[in-house]
Amino acid sequence: MNAWLRHHWLGFSQTARRLAATPLASLLNVAVIGVALALPLGGYVLLVNLQAFSRDIATDPQVSVFLAADAGKNDAAEVEKRLRAFPAVRAVQFVGKEQALASLKQRPGVAELVATLQDNPLPDAFVVTLGQAETALAQALERDIRMMPKVAHVQADWMWMRRVESALRFGRTGVALVAALLGFGLVAVTFNTIRLQILTQREEIEVSRLIGATDAYIRRPFYYLGALQGALGGGAALAMVNAGILVLNRDLSGLAGLFGGNLALEPLGAADGVAVAAFAAALGWIGSFLSVSRHLQKNSLQ
Amino acid sequence: MSAAPIISFSQVCKRYPGGYEALSDISFTIAPGEMVFVTGASGAGKSTLLKLIAAIERANSGTVLVGGQNVSAMRSGGIPFLRRNLGLVFQDQKLLFDRSVFDNVILPLQVSGHAYRDAARRARAALDKVGLLERERANPITLSGGEQQRLCIARAIVNRPSILLADEPTANLDAAYAELIVDMVHSFNQVGVTALIATHDERPIARLRARTIALARGRLAASPGTVGPPA
Ligand SMILES: Nc1ncnc2c1ncn2[C@@H]1O[C@H](COP(=O)(O)OP(=O)(O)O)[C@@H](O)[C@H]1O
Ligand SMILES: [Mg+2]
Repeated sequence: MNAWLRHHWLGFSQTARRLAATPLASLLNVAVIGVALALPLGGYVLLVNLQAFSRDIATDPQVSVFLAADAGKNDAAEVEKRLRAFPAVRAVQFVGKEQALASLKQRPGVAELVATLQDNPLPDAFVVTLGQAETALAQALERDIRMMPKVAHVQADWMWMRRVESALRFGRTGVALVAALLGFGLVAVTFNTIRLQILTQREEIEVSRLIGATDAYIRRPFYYLGALQGALGGGAALAMVNAGILVLNRDLSGLAGLFGGNLALEPLGAADGVAVAAFAAALGWIGSFLSVSRHLQKNSLQ
Repeated sequence: MSAAPIISFSQVCKRYPGGYEALSDISFTIAPGEMVFVTGASGAGKSTLLKLIAAIERANSGTVLVGGQNVSAMRSGGIPFLRRNLGLVFQDQKLLFDRSVFDNVILPLQVSGHAYRDAARRARAALDKVGLLERERANPITLSGGEQQRLCIARAIVNRPSILLADEPTANLDAAYAELIVDMVHSFNQVGVTALIATHDERPIARLRARTIALARGRLAASPGTVGPPA
C-alpha cells in the first residue's frame, strides 16, 4: 500500500471510528438527512409511477385523417403506406366513405337527413392510433400528416394529453423545488455536524498539526465524514421510500380491482439507490467543505 | 566548530501581538549532536525560542535556520515536513486523553503516512525505551506526572528526529525523577540526536557539564553558567 492510499484509508477509518464513537448522534444525523431526502425522493417515485400509469389507463391518442373528395383507391393506399411508416404510429384503420355513411345511417336523427342526400359527401378516412402519448411528438406527427398529398383534413384531440402533461410538469417542478430546499438542508445539517466535530476534535487537530500533519491530512476525515453521513442518509431515504411503497402497494392492490389496471408502484432499484447515495454524498461533501473552510481557517498557520 | 550548524539564529526578534518583545536580537548556533540547555527565569523567552525553531511562532525579524532551511521565511505548506524532522516535548504536554498511551505515541507516524505495522513496531520500541511498554493500553490520564513526561518523550522520539526540543520536561517532578528524565534525553543525545532543553532547573546542567544559552527578559545573558560543549 503506498502512502497516498494509506492516508486515505486512515482518513476513512478515522471517520468510521468517529461515527461509531457517537452512535446515537450519528444515527440521528443520518435519520434527519434520510427524512429530508425521502420527501423529494418519494415525490419523484410517485411522479414516475403516475407518468407510467397515465399512459396505461388513458385510451391511446388517435388522429383522424380525412382524404380529399377526389382521392382514389391508389391515393388512399399511398397515404396508408406513409402513415404506417411512422414509428410512433401503432395502428392504422381505414374507414371508407361507404362505411362511414353506413355508420351515420345507424344514428337516430341523422338517418333521415342522410337519406335525403343524392351523393355520398363523406371522404375516405383513416383512424391512426399512436403508441406514445407525448404532445410534442403527436403535434409533429400531425404536421407531417397534413403535408401529405390528398390529405384534406386532420383532426386530433390532444387536450387530455396536455392536461396530464401539465399536471406532471407541475409535479416535477414541485419535486425539484422541494429537492433543492431539502438539499440545502442537508448541506446545512452537515455544516453543523462538522462544526461540532471540529470543536470536539480540536485538541487532536492542534496536536496533529504540531507534530507534522498537513492541512490535507487534517481536513480529509471531515470530508469523509460529511460524504459518508450523506451517503448513509441517502441509503436511509431509499429504505424509507421503498418501505412506503411496500405499504402503499398493499392498499393499492385493493383499488386495482376497481380500475382493472395494474396498480402497483414500482420501487426504486439499485441504480436509483446508487444515484441517490452519490448525490447525497456530494451534498455532504459540500457541507463539510464549507464547514472545514470556515472553522479550520483560523489556526491554519499553526 | 567544523560542522555546519544544525540550528542557527541571527539577530532574531519576536514580538507578540500587543507589542511585547519576547526575544530581542538573539544570535547563536548549535552544532549537530550538541546538547544545549536554554535557561532563564519564567517569562525570559525560553518557550518562544523553541517555538521559533518548530515554526509554531514566526520571527518578526532576523533569520532562523534549521538544517539549512530558513524557517522564518518558510511557506506554510513546508512546515509539516520541517516538524516531522523534530521531536517536540511541549511545556503543557499536549497528550490526548481520549486514546491510549500507544495511540498517543503512534500519532506522529500516522500523520506522516507510515504503514501501520511498521509504525506499531516503532511505537512499541519508543515506549520500551522510556519504560512504558507495559502501560501501552492505559489511558494517559492514569499515569503519574513522571510517566506522562516519559510518554511525551516517547512521542517526541518515535519518528527518529534529528533534533529534540524539550520545553521544561522536568517541571513539577522531584529531583530524582527530573534526573531520570534529563538522563533519558541525554541518552538520545548520545546516539546523535541534537537536543535543546528549556529549563529553569539548574541542577542537571552542572552534573552534565552541558552548554547553556541563558536568557534574561528576552535577551542573551552573559551567563556565568555558560559552558562550552564537552570536548
Ligand atoms: N502567545 C503569546 N502572546 C503574547 N505574549 C506571549 C505569548 N506567549 C508568550 N508571551 C510572552 O512572552 C514572554 C516570554 O514567554 P515564554 O517564551 O513563554 O517564556 P518562558 O518559556 O521562558 O517562561 C512572556 O512575557 C510571555 O508573557
Ligand atoms: Mg516556557
